[in-house]
Amino acid sequence: MKSLTRWFSRNLIRVYMVVGFTYLFIPVAYTFAFSFNDYVKSNLVWRGFTWNNWKQPCGVLDVCPALGNSIKIGLLATFIATILGTLIAFALGRYAFKGRAVTNTLIFLPMASPELVLGASLLTIFLNLGMNLGFWTIVIAHVMFCISFVVVTVKARIASLDPRLEQAAMDLYADERETFRRVTFPLVAPGISGAALLAFSLSFDDFIITNFNSGTTITFPLYVYTHAERGLPAQANVIGSAMFFLALLIVVAGQIVSKKVKVGK
Amino acid sequence: MASVVRSSHATGSELKKKSLIPYFLLAPGLIWLALFFIAPIITLVGTATKTPGAGIGEFVQTYRWANYWDAITGSAGQFGRSFLYATIATLLALAIAYPLAYGIAFKSGKYKNILLVLVVAPFFCSFILRTIAWKQILGQNGPVFRLLLDLHLATPMTHLTASAPAVIIGLAYNFLPFMTLPLYGSLERIDPRVLEASGDLYANAFTTFRKVTVPLSMPGVVAGTLLTFIPAAGDYVNAEILGNPSTKMIGNVINAQFLNTQDYPLAASLSFILMIIISLLVMVYIRKAGTEELV
Repeated sequence: MKSLTRWFSRNLIRVYMVVGFTYLFIPVAYTFAFSFNDYVKSNLVWRGFTWNNWKQPCGVLDVCPALGNSIKIGLLATFIATILGTLIAFALGRYAFKGRAVTNTLIFLPMASPELVLGASLLTIFLNLGMNLGFWTIVIAHVMFCISFVVVTVKARIASLDPRLEQAAMDLYADERETFRRVTFPLVAPGISGAALLAFSLSFDDFIITNFNSGTTITFPLYVYTHAERGLPAQANVIGSAMFFLALLIVVAGQIVSKKVKVGK
Repeated sequence: MASVVRSSHATGSELKKKSLIPYFLLAPGLIWLALFFIAPIITLVGTATKTPGAGIGEFVQTYRWANYWDAITGSAGQFGRSFLYATIATLLALAIAYPLAYGIAFKSGKYKNILLVLVVAPFFCSFILRTIAWKQILGQNGPVFRLLLDLHLATPMTHLTASAPAVIIGLAYNFLPFMTLPLYGSLERIDPRVLEASGDLYANAFTTFRKVTVPLSMPGVVAGTLLTFIPAAGDYVNAEILGNPSTKMIGNVINAQFLNTQDYPLAASLSFILMIIISLLVMVYIRKAGTEELV
């Protein structure tokens, strides 16, 4: 008994971590398990195992077009937000200029505003301008809320760079442009790809802002939300689980590649 | 995101000065934010003081500032409930995330990166899907409820879902990664030698944790609690899926006014009030916590 309590106090943090991760993954595991449910109409009660939902992920109306929209919007928004955000991050991380404090505040504010306010205020301006809600208004909205997260992520990476590396390049007669191209940018690149991944995940999973500005366009989260009451098909679970494993795969592959690159150097 | 903590060395002395380049770098992104973040907020404020016009669904600007007062008095209960739920959910998330972040930062060795990825990974399995999963796990047909029935801790008449605790559990769950990552960011920066020094000065593990680790991780605590509290206070999805009519939050009211009732002035004034209250709370909180720069 005494050794048990000692083991427990020594491994308290580890026990706690297991509990924390279990809490995080219970709903994911549930979603995954019910993607194999042989459901009829609504996927609420376990009725038996089947591969059918995974064999026909597009087997129900609208689910795959919704997924397609989400991916297209996510890629476009990520592309634009990563470029705009990285430029701002370099300005903040590398230059002294007037208006720095204002810029910092402007970057922080969208993260500090509830999504509901962001979505609602965009809707009022789109309505006032008489713009048609749909694909492009969603992209505009997603770029807006992704920019700040990209800036913060890339800026942190720039701040963590050892300034001596750039000085060394200059000492070795590289001009400013060459130093940037061959030293600074490659060092910041992992931060940029991390920011892009974050932006995509925020865009792909966004519901509240999208719901305000979508018009008749359906994204995957909108599909899930609107079908939840009438009974969600297991295909939604299939897509949710598949995206989860795909993301894990991409991240792990990225880690392995970056490690190999480091070793190669 | 792990870096939504103070980064003081970004303002080092080696920054380049007197050049137009930073403005060219800033312009595209800031113009985007001006057009689609600042301008909409201003429009929102303008919409809030309109009153119904002649036609159906038409509103004219009459600068009726009393709209704000009507909005507050009409939804005081939902405002109060939102901030109460968000506060409890934030504390719950902090209690779960702190040991998690501590373990990842100090106890996980070479698995650090993988564990960090696992914290964010649930994001990719749609958050609505996961909230619906909670509803079914805690629901009448779910495993938790059946276990409680077997243990005679529940009767078939009790409910775990459609209740305030379910909404709070959902909120704490949804924003857990936003809490964990900044906490990890600030814990990871702590120099282990500082902790050793504390031990050398005869502090036991608990005293070291309380007097050294916790104060040094404060920037992460501040950033994490803000990134959890703010979205939680404005959320309506958890209250919609896991709650009942008496757990409605201010988000539910705003959403219904905008998209169903289409009373845009009321919805706009409610949104603006929500934003002002949150900003005030954030300012007071940051001042108390003594962290000036968050980004």
